[in-house]
Amino acid sequence: MSTSDVPMAGSLSGTERQVSWYEASARNRLRLLLDAGSLVEFIGPEQRETSPHLRLFDLPEQFDDGIVVGRGQLDGAPVLVAGQEGRFMGGAFGEVHGAKLTGLLRAAREMRSIPVLILFDTGGVRLQEANAGELAIAEIMRAMIEARAAGVKVIGLIGGRAGCYGGGGLIAACCSALAVSEQGRIAVSGPEVIETNRGVEEFDSRDRALVWRTMGGKHRRLIGGADLFTDDTVDDFRAAALQLLRFPLAFGLDALDAEQSRLEDRLRRFGACRDATDIWALEGIPQPESIPGLPPDRFLKLAAAFPPSLGAR
Amino acid sequence: MEDLTFRHTVPASAAGTRLQAIVGVVASGNLEVLAERVLSPTECLFEIRTAAEGFREVWTAVIADFVQRYSPGGLKLSVNDGGARPDTVALRLAQALRMMETGR
Repeated sequence: MSTSDVPMAGSLSGTERQVSWYEASARNRLRLLLDAGSLVEFIGPEQRETSPHLRLFDLPEQFDDGIVVGRGQLDGAPVLVAGQEGRFMGGAFGEVHGAKLTGLLRAAREMRSIPVLILFDTGGVRLQEANAGELAIAEIMRAMIEARAAGVKVIGLIGGRAGCYGGGGLIAACCSALAVSEQGRIAVSGPEVIETNRGVEEFDSRDRALVWRTMGGKHRRLIGGADLFTDDTVDDFRAAALQLLRFPLAFGLDALDAEQSRLEDRLRRFGACRDATDIWALEGIPQPESIPGLPPDRFLKLAAAFPPSLGAR
Repeated sequence: MEDLTFRHTVPASAAGTRLQAIVGVVASGNLEVLAERVLSPTECLFEIRTAAEGFREVWTAVIADFVQRYSPGGLKLSVNDGGARPDTVALRLAQALRMMETGR
């Protein structure tokens, strides 16, 4: 059974692709997401382009610095891809990690016609290389906007164990479109950061239900923070990516104006809400408190009443 | 961090034709192994970078056991270790070898 916002058309369902996105490694996600055998890595682990900073902190490096970049085919069409490994330092952006994504987006900008898929799985900037990591975030956002202005679609897929936080949340907001699973979380400040800065009364980071209904995939889908909701298998993410690539997703002043209006309207309607359930209630969803417990297929039926704001990003 | 290097001479080369494989992830209690077919068929080289210092004897034993069991000739095995237990190390090494043999 497929439980994604999208029909089965275009997906090549195989038992291998039924594995959990959340559980898979970055390299496995990419290998299974793309057409069989089509992934070609750029700056692979054998080149040992590791972080120049971690050694100074007596920390182990990873040969790919926690990100796989490359090219491949999706349903026969070429795509550029990047996948973050959320288990290595929380998928955080360091100097090399960030430069690999910047380079991929600049290549996309030059080629103009080949879309980019980014498999986010990140806590944000790697604290041990903070300045280089912050600069990397800025460079990536610039490269992404330039690529989009040149006509490139950039699709973000979010369902990893680290979620998509910090600078990753900012980069995701610059994408043409996002697909998210329930496990995926999208935000800038993470739960612990909010609690540390504003107190437990503002946000109790240990309240898992609160974290998920505030930052999780269901809420993000319902308030337009993500365009498609998908179940947790690689096959479902593949179908979601194909579906998003079929939309026009034009980028320009009109799209930015539309997004600005959408966000202003959202703030006007929901700005006074204290909890996601208040927003769901205002949206007229019956029994809003039941949403976190809904299985993906039933949630998708409910979400169908809230069309994604594609084109306004 | 501690760097360890081990060289072994083995009777036979590792099966398969794949030139490179990578398994695992660098995380607490885990490790990555990069296998590369770059040596002569009777040579085997291990380059270890580990976050857990002072375990040379354990590494020596785990790798000697792996070499004896599989005869991974021709392979250079580079390890980034986040403090994995010996059984995890043995498992990852075997996994890397398996990928080199089968291409998967």
